Amino acid sequence: MILINLKTLLMLLGLMVSTISYAQEVSLSGSVTDSSTGEPLPGVTIVEKETTNGTITNFDGNYTIRISKGALIQFSYVGYRTIEQQVGESAVLNIALEEDLEQLDEVVVIGYGQVKKGDATGSVIAIGADDFNKGTTSSPQDLILGKVAGVQITTEGGAPGSSATIRIRGGSSMSASNDPLIVIDGMPVDNRSISGMSNMLTSINPADIETFTVLKDASATAIYGSRASNGVIMITTKKGKAGQDLKWNVDYQFTVGQIKKTIDVLNAEEFTALVQERAETHSSVDPTLLGTSATNWQDEIFQTSTGHDLNVGASGSVKNIPFRASFGYTDQEGILKTSDMKRYTGMLNLNPSFLDDHLKVNLGLKGMLIDNRFADKGAIGNALRFDPTKPVMDPDSKYDKYGGYYTWLMKSDGSRNVNATRNPVAQLEQRADESDVSRIIGDLQLNYKFHFLPELNATVKTGVDYSESDGTIITDPLASWTQAASVGIYREYSQEKRNELFDFYLNYQKDLPTIESNLDVMAGYEWQHFRIKSDAFEVDKDDKELENSKDDTENYLVSFFGRLNYSLMDKYLFTATIRKDGSSRFHKDNRWGTFPSLALAWRISEESFLKNSKALSNLKLRLGYGITGQQELNSGDYPYLGTYRLSDNRTQYQFGDKFYPLLRPNGYDASLEWEETTTYNIGLDFGFLEGRLSGSIEAYKRKTENLLNTVPVPAGTNFTDRLLTNVGDLENEGVELTLDAMVINKKDFTWQLGYNLAWNQNKVTKLTSYDDPAYKGVEVGGISGVGVGNYIQVHAIGHPIYTFYVYEQVYDLEGKPIEGVYVDRSGDGAITLDDKYYSKDPAADVTMGFSSNFTYKNFDLGFNGRISLGNYVYNNVIVGARYQELTVNQYLTNMPSEIKYSKFETAQQYSDYFLEDASFLRLDNATLGYTFNIGKDWMKLRCYATVQNVFVVTDYKGLDPEIQGGIDNDVYPRPRTFMLGVNFNF
Amino acid sequence: MKNKYTYLKGSMLAAFMFLFLGGCVNDLNTVPLDEDIQTEEKVLTGEEAYKQLLAKCYAGFIIGGQTAVDGEPDISSINGGFSSYLRLLWNHQELPTEEAICAWNDGNLRDLHDMDWNSSNEFVTAMYYRINLEITYCNNLIRLTKDQAEYEDYNIEARMLRALSYWHLLDMFRTGPFVTEDDPIGTFFFPEQATAQQLFDFIETELKAIEELLPAPMANEYGRTDQAVAWMVLAKLYLNAKVYTGAEKYTECITYCNKIISAGYSLEPNYAYLFLADNHLRTNEIIFPICADGESTQTWGGMTFIIHSSVGGAMPASESGIDGGWEGNRTTSAFVDKFSDISGNTDHRALIFSTGQTKEIADIFTFKQGYMIRKFRNITSTGAAGSNTSHPDTDFPLFRYADVLLMYAEAVLCGGTGGSASTALEYMNDLRERAYGNTNGNITSGQLTLDFILDERARELFWECHRRTDLIRFGKLTGNAYLWPWKGAQAAGASTDERFNVFPIPASDINANPNLQQIVSGY
Repeated sequence: MILINLKTLLMLLGLMVSTISYAQEVSLSGSVTDSSTGEPLPGVTIVEKETTNGTITNFDGNYTIRISKGALIQFSYVGYRTIEQQVGESAVLNIALEEDLEQLDEVVVIGYGQVKKGDATGSVIAIGADDFNKGTTSSPQDLILGKVAGVQITTEGGAPGSSATIRIRGGSSMSASNDPLIVIDGMPVDNRSISGMSNMLTSINPADIETFTVLKDASATAIYGSRASNGVIMITTKKGKAGQDLKWNVDYQFTVGQIKKTIDVLNAEEFTALVQERAETHSSVDPTLLGTSATNWQDEIFQTSTGHDLNVGASGSVKNIPFRASFGYTDQEGILKTSDMKRYTGMLNLNPSFLDDHLKVNLGLKGMLIDNRFADKGAIGNALRFDPTKPVMDPDSKYDKYGGYYTWLMKSDGSRNVNATRNPVAQLEQRADESDVSRIIGDLQLNYKFHFLPELNATVKTGVDYSESDGTIITDPLASWTQAASVGIYREYSQEKRNELFDFYLNYQKDLPTIESNLDVMAGYEWQHFRIKSDAFEVDKDDKELENSKDDTENYLVSFFGRLNYSLMDKYLFTATIRKDGSSRFHKDNRWGTFPSLALAWRISEESFLKNSKALSNLKLRLGYGITGQQELNSGDYPYLGTYRLSDNRTQYQFGDKFYPLLRPNGYDASLEWEETTTYNIGLDFGFLEGRLSGSIEAYKRKTENLLNTVPVPAGTNFTDRLLTNVGDLENEGVELTLDAMVINKKDFTWQLGYNLAWNQNKVTKLTSYDDPAYKGVEVGGISGVGVGNYIQVHAIGHPIYTFYVYEQVYDLEGKPIEGVYVDRSGDGAITLDDKYYSKDPAADVTMGFSSNFTYKNFDLGFNGRISLGNYVYNNVIVGARYQELTVNQYLTNMPSEIKYSKFETAQQYSDYFLEDASFLRLDNATLGYTFNIGKDWMKLRCYATVQNVFVVTDYKGLDPEIQGGIDNDVYPRPRTFMLGVNFNF
Repeated sequence: MKNKYTYLKGSMLAAFMFLFLGGCVNDLNTVPLDEDIQTEEKVLTGEEAYKQLLAKCYAGFIIGGQTAVDGEPDISSINGGFSSYLRLLWNHQELPTEEAICAWNDGNLRDLHDMDWNSSNEFVTAMYYRINLEITYCNNLIRLTKDQAEYEDYNIEARMLRALSYWHLLDMFRTGPFVTEDDPIGTFFFPEQATAQQLFDFIETELKAIEELLPAPMANEYGRTDQAVAWMVLAKLYLNAKVYTGAEKYTECITYCNKIISAGYSLEPNYAYLFLADNHLRTNEIIFPICADGESTQTWGGMTFIIHSSVGGAMPASESGIDGGWEGNRTTSAFVDKFSDISGNTDHRALIFSTGQTKEIADIFTFKQGYMIRKFRNITSTGAAGSNTSHPDTDFPLFRYADVLLMYAEAVLCGGTGGSASTALEYMNDLRERAYGNTNGNITSGQLTLDFILDERARELFWECHRRTDLIRFGKLTGNAYLWPWKGAQAAGASTDERFNVFPIPASDINANPNLQQIVSGY
């Protein structure tokens, strides 16, 4: 009852306020155009200053407004300089808006609010749709690839929709997550992967994205507290505008993907010669195992892929409800046979306003369906190793029971050789690994501007992110590897993820003209719940149950936060934020963490001595400090809690003639707490020649304390040998430079260049609870091809994380490696573990991104690319190349042709011979387009052709120098993709 | 009017916030939702749970984790299957000796045979943590069942298993952190380092304390411990006492051997049957098995490893009851030469497979070099295959009666009292007669020497996790008193440093626990 009364009262109040101002009005009309092109600008906001009276221009750039004489009227449009004018006697007012190359008035989203770009105090980079990389494929992260200094995006490989690793300023953790927080339309989403989907971001259609905003330094991210240590990426989707006419956008692309190069392995002839030659001197090599075929196994597993991409979007305003709706369809084959992704996306955004714009409602719905088929990536490595003298299919009846695929058999009894390399084609064709994933993200935001106190805003947001995955892996019962006992031939799994969000915040914004100040205060509360349920079921060929498991886990985050923005004379800006986070992942004594930040900015160009400078149009100095936290521990949801785990039915123990499941106490650290990162940032934003040249330079230092590291526990004190706990310190420091230049800006001729550079270095400064000079570090970076339990990297004190820890190879006079001879660094006359040294690390010292956009009349030509310097890769692909491997366990193994050079007999896996400088220059994308004018202004047709992954310049000898983690091991090759597209706006 | 409403609204908002936010803050108190993962209060509700805890203490000797196969591993520093207690024990007791050599290039595995391991060796590290984890599992059960009459049996058995693991710690490392049920778990506290003497005393005291509380020999359920197991560990502790503490305890060894001998065990007439898939029927001789099962106790370690790793070359996998060999372990010529006839026709214990293999080893990593051993098989005594061709049903005979007879003889020869040389000779000939099927292999009292016993232990107990301990007791593991192929990483064999009689405390625990230090120089 009371609530209803309140509502009525508020409405009445609102009506009163809005009816007061209708006095001495004139009707004013006119058109708004672009000053350089003369084209009409639809959607320009026109308001009478200090009132709520306003309108926007229609599709032809025209407007009409009733306005009081002598009032101040303001014309604003995103991307253009705002113009204010006094209303005179004339009933017509035509305005030409000048494009604002710096866009300081552009509003950028920050956590729980927005800020004018010019007023931002933190390191906040917004990339709008106009600046996105053109002609990209299905994954949203490609849109900003190479665009932001200090943001490195590395895809896992070339599989359709493959996952991408995003690192902002190098990452602040070791064993905990280094992924940035992703916020989609104000909803922080769960970074943990969704079953049956390799890349969480692929659930957003790139065509629906309006802006990417990257928050890099702590003064910007600390408002997200415990999840902000690795930066924040905010994605805002496109929305309709009030009063806008219906607009359609149809985009279709056809793509063809091809493998760029394959690994050079011995061909059948070379291999036969080698086996026969070696057999003369080595009894272990058995030439009778050779066949007579000539198979290029890599050709057998790769294909030319095709893909289609269709997006239809409509936006406008129906009955004063602005909306945008879209539908997308993507069908993308992979270049590895049998890999395929089909995706359907749909989106609806409604953003009506009520109560005279006092109540703004934002309703967003995003839906997605993905049908994936995953190829067994093990086939890539096996194609290098499988004997080239063997056929793919063998008509001999003894292979019938394996489906006709050639399979290695034992000479002794004709049974399958269990150790032998699997036939890579069989691996692909005899296995169907498919998944269906659906995901819905829905959010409702109500923003109410108080009628009695318009400076005060209340925002309530609720959101749900729900996904459901179902997958099956069906293996042909004839497949050779399923002949063993307890190998699954049918597996099904499902997962249900549900994340819920509720937040509420109040915002008070007040101009204090007497002291030339502006105050913006925000305080709020947020509650988030994450729950993951999953189950899996698997049987072997005898229909014996191998697995029947169910998992269910949840965690909560509860937060209180606040922000104060204070600006004095529009020149001195001050921001302070604080967030208190409670996480259910910690013991209640350690549960709450407080994360503050402070930032100062000085808009030097607003000072009187610079204000009128034409040359220097913007200069702003920013200083920031903040503390952020980390609770994505990669250690489950209850790492602090002593729990017991019951075993499954294949893991039991016999007493008498009965079997009993095992109940195991699990390892835990009751005193586990937040990892905390302190960041210092200094930045200078600049713009010259009215923004023709703009950019920024920044330097930062980050120190992570209470670093989570998985360390050995004192034996006998816990139910495990190694445990995640807070023991170390890690430092990152770096410098970033961003430059944007409008080289040419004529009506028919524009040329825009972008360039950014980032230097980052990290160093572990503490790893154990007390100093031990003998401590070599935490072994990481498992390698393959040489048995199990071999690691090539360490986290060690005084070195970057993931530093390669290797022996220094000795070379002969001709520069060839001498097998087994290493530099005796310890000088004790023998090669021992002490001779290993801390070598390079996989992170690039310097990364650069560059882009160019060129338009001439109706043509447009653009390209973008990246340069990476000082990133090292361990070439694990050729580690397997050693003569000893030729015959092991009665089968033959092929090897990369590199063996002709190294001539290694045995495994030399710890040699730095395999460590290569993988610096590279990659042209990611080049696109050429032509826009047809079809008579009408509002109808545009653009046709374009794009090449993706155009070329790579590198000294690295493997397939591709860009390897996340720095260990090159059977990576799904990134294809070169050719694309033809047409984009129709009407 | 406005004030009133503002006030009303304000107080409502405050009340709403209080209730709502308070409730939400309470959301942070989560407990696991998964049925298989529970807190102590929820799960330890009765007999069933306690028996499952006991089952984990036993299974800790063979399985690597909680889900098939070796998933959710107990130890994370090494792959789940590699972390199996039995697999590690086998590697540590057999690979440093002439009995076994492995063709795999897994990490630093070859250091075990080369005898040049260091304190960072991942296998040594895993063995050390596996032993200490087993002790911790037992400590937990002992703590939980303390003063609970209904679970007294479990309490006693957990103490038995803990003593067994402490003996392994003593035997391999001679030292280690000392923890009991009274120490906290789940915090980073630093246990004190125990000396060999302290470990010896603890094991001796514990076993003597529970000796009378355990069920009589063969009276417990199959797979569980009884008095004979306690006596066996005591006998072994005393036999090796000089190595462990410097003091000879041969008389005590004989005392406990006698207790077992008079408990009613006998030699299984067919030696080969002790190592087959139905060897759970051999309780006449097997005193304590580590149980494996093809369907219900699956691991890539344990018996799966022992059998698969030793099959390959021309040896048909099907004859071992498995789906294929892994071509890893075989033996050196030094072991082969312990038998005058390797065909198995004379001494039936010569379960050697030489077809397609060379006797000598030029390249460790070529499996075809070195004769194969075919002792353990996943085939029953009636010739039927085990229930699963990947995971054997064959149990591992950790302790068996034949060893008791050998220990008795050795202790007598070493001067222990309470036995006699003539009985020792009789026992040895019991073993020889079983091996030969007749008296052709019998020896005379003049032939019964300590050297004979060491060789006879190889012939009788090879690949049963005794050899390293035996060679050390005879002073032959390190140094140049006895060389075998590839000892010291030389094809002909080379002398090795004395420190390799003891495994180092892993660098990781030296680093984690400031109370620990190496007791042997050179590590």
